[in-house]
Amino acid sequence: MMVPDINPIVLLFASIFTSNILLANFLGMCSFISISKDMTSANGLGLAVTVVLTITSMLNWVLLKFVIIPLDITYLRYILFIIVIAATVQILEMIIDRVSPALYMSLGIFLPLITVNCAILGVALFMQIRNYNFVQTVFFSFGSGIGWWLAIMALAAINKKIQKAPVSAALSGPGITLITIGFMAMAFIGFSGMLNVQ
Amino acid sequence: MNDDSPSKILIDNVWHNNPIFIQILGICSTLAVTNNMTNTLIMTLGVMFVAAFTNVTVSLLKNFIPRKVRMILQTLIISFYVIIVDILLRAYLPEISKALGPYVGLIITNCIIMGRAEAFAQSHGPLISAWDGITSGLGYLWVLMVIAFVRELMGFGTLFGIAVLPESFTTWTIMVMAPSAFFLLGSVLWFAKAMILKQERGK
Repeated sequence: MMVPDINPIVLLFASIFTSNILLANFLGMCSFISISKDMTSANGLGLAVTVVLTITSMLNWVLLKFVIIPLDITYLRYILFIIVIAATVQILEMIIDRVSPALYMSLGIFLPLITVNCAILGVALFMQIRNYNFVQTVFFSFGSGIGWWLAIMALAAINKKIQKAPVSAALSGPGITLITIGFMAMAFIGFSGMLNVQ
Repeated sequence: MNDDSPSKILIDNVWHNNPIFIQILGICSTLAVTNNMTNTLIMTLGVMFVAAFTNVTVSLLKNFIPRKVRMILQTLIISFYVIIVDILLRAYLPEISKALGPYVGLIITNCIIMGRAEAFAQSHGPLISAWDGITSGLGYLWVLMVIAFVRELMGFGTLFGIAVLPESFTTWTIMVMAPSAFFLLGSVLWFAKAMILKQERGK
């Protein structure tokens, strides 16, 4: 397979705006909806997702190019990717705990949640299917993380306003959150004329 | 909840405790393919298969797995069945496997499967756990099929790829794009919650 000829910078902006990992690809919804109630935890989770996403994608790219493809064990990639993700999260948790207890207090509780965040595995699989090279993978995963962070912060801010609004009992909770995400997705798709990647 | 009769589990998983209504669990992997009924059906059947077999395996192994490592072991069990689904799809339905792309692999991170393994299979026998997995899958299947029905009908004028609306019908581009899935899922939740509230008031 050929490496797609896309400028990494374009890829970065495309993964933040036009093909936002959450709003266009629906990945990372579970923790997105449950955490999006207050801005502080949304911020912490967004930062944690961005960091883990960038690190694991780089590791998974190396694993894919130098282990999985040479040994011809592509069918095992799901298990290998998920092990890399779980191990990275575990090690990061230990490092942050040692180096900066203050950061651990704000970030630590979110790290276990990230192993089961679909966005992390999703980016690794997209990277494999679209056959990105290393630089493209770094920009794509970093952009996806920033895009996720941006989306969860925006939703947390909107949710704050919705709490003061009279929403009918049946629609309150997840219902109104999903409709809000729908409007956000429409806004982000509005950028799609500017950049086109897929 | 001591009453674990099969029929009660069925009703609970399909309606009262439907994983999508109560916590919107597990939509990440499947919502993306709901603009086409065939793909949605295959994906949700895959989820059902993985959920049932994971539940059986976790239930059989529950006395041997130390508590501390059970999360990672459950993930590995799930990945094992997802790989089987992936290989089966690639062998028998290569077209659909290609259209689904990375989303088959993302069944691993579908929260419903791990949620049911944790909440049900850890404390129940293998047979009833299999039934729980199948019914959770059913509850998941019907909600997503409703969404896929509306999206495919309005977006392409077809159902399962067969044209049902006349040529003169103007297709709604929005239904093919991502936002409509959020709107439709929001509407389904709204409807379901309204029904549940009404039932509660009736009691």
